[in-house]
This record gives sequence, C-alpha cells and structure tokens, in this order.
Amino acid sequence: MEIYLPIADLPVNVFLVLGMGLTVGFVSGMFGIGGGFLMTPLLIFVGVAPAVAVATVASHIAASSFSGVLSYWRRKALDISLAMLLLTGGVIGTGLGVWLFTVLRRIGQLDITIGLSYVILLTSVGGLMVYESVGAILRARSGKRAELRRPGTHTWIHGLPFKMRFKTSRLYISVIPVLGIGLIIGFIGAIMGIGGGFLLVPMLIYLLRVPTSVVIGTSMVLTLVTMAMATIMHAATNHLVDAVLALILMVGGVIGAQFGARAGQKMPADRLRLLLGVLVVAVGVRFALDLVLPPTEAFSIRAMENTR
Amino acid sequence: MKFARCLAMIAACVASAPAAAERIVSSVSTHQVMISSNFTGLDLVLFGTVERDAATVLRKSGYDLVMTVTGPKVSTVTRRKERTFGIWVNVESRAFIDVPSYLVVMSSRPFDGFVNADTIRRLQLGLNRTLLPQQIGSDLADTVREDPFRGAFLRLKAVRHLYVENTAGVTFLTPTLFRATIPIPAEVPVGNYDINLKLFADGQNIAQATSAFEIVKVGFEQFVFSQAQTNGFFYGLATVMLALLTGWFASVVFRRD
Repeated sequence: MEIYLPIADLPVNVFLVLGMGLTVGFVSGMFGIGGGFLMTPLLIFVGVAPAVAVATVASHIAASSFSGVLSYWRRKALDISLAMLLLTGGVIGTGLGVWLFTVLRRIGQLDITIGLSYVILLTSVGGLMVYESVGAILRARSGKRAELRRPGTHTWIHGLPFKMRFKTSRLYISVIPVLGIGLIIGFIGAIMGIGGGFLLVPMLIYLLRVPTSVVIGTSMVLTLVTMAMATIMHAATNHLVDAVLALILMVGGVIGAQFGARAGQKMPADRLRLLLGVLVVAVGVRFALDLVLPPTEAFSIRAMENTR
Repeated sequence: MKFARCLAMIAACVASAPAAAERIVSSVSTHQVMISSNFTGLDLVLFGTVERDAATVLRKSGYDLVMTVTGPKVSTVTRRKERTFGIWVNVESRAFIDVPSYLVVMSSRPFDGFVNADTIRRLQLGLNRTLLPQQIGSDLADTVREDPFRGAFLRLKAVRHLYVENTAGVTFLTPTLFRATIPIPAEVPVGNYDINLKLFADGQNIAQATSAFEIVKVGFEQFVFSQAQTNGFFYGLATVMLALLTGWFASVVFRRD
C-alpha cells in the first residue's frame, strides 16, 4: 500500500516504513537509545532527502522514547534529578554544536565532518563496549566476581567538588562531570543529528557508575526532551518535518519499543552491552566503507535552497 | 560565424512565413494533476492534429513533431567525489542555475531524420542540446557537451525519470493526427509545466504551439504542506504532541503490571 508523503514529496510503502519503525523501535527500547543513527540512514536509503530524514526522525525518536520513559517511570527505573542536571548541560552543548554546524556549513566541510565523526565515534565507542562486555562475560564464566562493577568503587571523577546526592541512582557525586557529559552529548547530537543515547548510556555506566537499571530510563528522558526540541526547531526553521512519515514511524516505533524494553529487561546486562556494542561497531564500519570504497556514482545532485 | 547564423535565422523566418497555413491544435488529458495521498505518478496523454487550409501546399516529407515539456526551474548543484587522503570526499561542485526540474522531449522520429544539425542546435532540440547554464565565476554559461558535470547532471536526472528523451514518443495515427504520452513520475515537483510543440516538414520548423498544465497538492497533502510552510512552529508543536500521544497510547495499551 503506497502513500504519498506531503513534505518528503514521494510515495512510500506504508508497511515498509512501519516495519522500519518497528525494528528500530525494538532496538531503541532494548538498549535505551533513540535509534537515530539507524533510522536516518534507513530513510535516506528509501529515497527520503537527508534533511527531511534528519528532521522527521527527531519526532519519531521523541515518540518511542516517551513510551519508554513512561514504562521506566512506572518501574521507578529512572533518576529525574540526574536527568534534569544532564539536560542543563545538554542545552549548552546543543547551542555550541549548532554554532559549529553553521561554521562548518559555511566553509563547505559539513558532510565530511559528519561522516568522519560517525566513523570515529561509532567504531571507538562500540569497540570499547564490545571489549568491556566480553571481558565481563568471561570473568563471570570463570567464576570471579566482577569487581569493577561495584557501585561503590571510586575514581578521580568521584573526588571532584560540588557534590550532590542522587537518591534513585544511590550516588553522591560532583555536578561537574554530570554537566560535562550533558554538554558533550548535546554538542555531538547537534552536529551529527542524533539523540546520543548510545554515547550517554556507556558514559553514565562507566564514568559515573550509575546503576544499569536506572541508566536506560534516565537516558531516555534526555533523549525525549532534546528530540522534542529538535522537532520544533526543525519545523520552525526549515519546514522539513514530514508529519505523515513521522506518524507511520511513530506507530511502528512505539510498538517495537515496548517489546524491545521487555526483551532488554530479561537479558543479562553484560550480554546487552555486547549486543549494543556489536550493533554500534557495525554501523560505524558501514559508514567507514562508504568513505573508503570507491563510490559507484562519483556525482550527486541536490537542489539548492534559498537561491535568489 | 555570427553572420552565418544570422543568415540562417533570416532564412528560417522567410521559410516559415508562407507556412502559416498549418496550425497545431492540441489538448492534454488534464490541465491539473492533483497529488493526493495515493499519488504514485501517472501518464498524461496529449492529442493533437495538424490543421490545414486551402492555401496549404503539399508537404513531400509528411509531418514530424517535437514535444518539449518543461517543469518549474530550480538551481541545482552537482558535486563530484574524489579520493583525498584515502577517503572519498566531495571535492568539486558546479551550480546549474535555473534549469528545469523536469524535462521531457519526445519526437516522432530521431531529429536528424527530419532536420539538419544546424536547426537541431538552433532550436535546442533534445536533452543534449538544451541550454543548461552553469555558474562559472560570476558568469553564467553553458559548457561543452562533453563536460563531465553536465553529463552527470543529465544522467542523474534521467535515473530519477525527471529527464526523459524519446525519439519515438510522438505517434502519428494518421498523417495529421498525433498522440504523445507525458510520463509524470511520483517524485515530480509541484508547479507549472509548459508544453511546447514544434511541427516540422521539408526540413523546416513550420508551426509551433504551446500549452500548459499544473501539478498541485490537494486535500490532506495540501493541508499538511501549507501548515508546515506557514505555521512551522505550531506544526512542530503539533508533531511533538502527536509523538507524545502515540508514545503514551502505546504504553497504556501494552501495560501489563
């Protein structure tokens, strides 16, 4: 069944898009990530213009993260005060990111920056996650206790001043690294057009020692607010949000996210991290191949906007 | 060279003067293509006839027709990737200024079968002869036919079915009655489309006619499109509300505790 998209200006198969929403929603519910780094390339592959894809995916992520936030909220598996503090840093980071985005576009180096940051970020973060989780699984197999995972363990980060108590996470840590992490996520998100959940989750686990059970819900709150803001900003400035496409993606996404969240709760945490790590590395390698392999078509055409 | 072209033009004017006796009468199946939610592209049909009167001389060659359909003009940038430090990066780009977003050229047979090369060039018959002005420094000019950017632009447009050339696309059902099909692909831009018909006989362009149709979004598609354009902020707000509602609905429906 084909339906014509009013903003993207092309017909798509409803069931194909619904299926894409379901799949990405499942992944996002399972790992507590937005899934933007998967959905945007998929939409571009179907023929949606990259600018429309980025803008529309933001609203899809808002929907699936809201449904996720609600179910984690009921299980009391999210830390609101931690999320609010992360958001404060995130807003500042987004501002800085948008500024750099404009500068890079002016000097014509935006595309390559986005491509390279995808490759570097995804392969390094994914690689680290795979390495760490394989280690944890092996340790568990050999019967040793995973000492690194104890919530009480302190690093230099826990020695910083301006401490604050986060009850749900059972943490007493400085606000500086929390704001800093929010800032980095906001900055990267604005440049790469992603929610940044796949970066935030490992940062919260490894740097702040936030318990895994709280991490996903908390990360989803941040994703929800940034993506809702991004949708409104994209709609108000570029008029590129396709509500019809967004609705189909949302419906698939929220259903997928529910099943994903349940699958995620059943799976052991280290196995979950390994899976996410493999997924992230795979997407990173895919982007790397695009940059390294000779393209079948060296030319590309794009309508110029705002010309005369 | 300039003089020769001038002469050729004068010759053409003189030659076509007595040919005013022929007239093209044509009609396209619809003058308004409506894009609604089930639009997946369609074919327009153009019918026409060559009207002759008592003064019309007998044409030895019979009639040939070239139909050119031109969509709204947009500026388009064409980029070329090159290998730099081991990775493929967009290095060079050319801007094509105000070129048709959609261009279809159909004729009753290959151009060189009924006109000479000079006329093909002068009347810009076919995609290869259509003027595609590029921004070169501060100037606007079309480059040589072999220009790789020009070739790539035509090729990429053809892949998306937005540029079509078919030298058998116009069918003469009788010596004076003709029919042509205008393919409208799904990804067609909205706007006004011009149809130009050129009639040829005895190696000369003896008559011309123009017509037009428009492509518009209607109903729900139009509503969404115009809201997105005029009330961007509220449109965005509405989309977010839709997202929250969908998310909430799913969490209620799938609630198991």
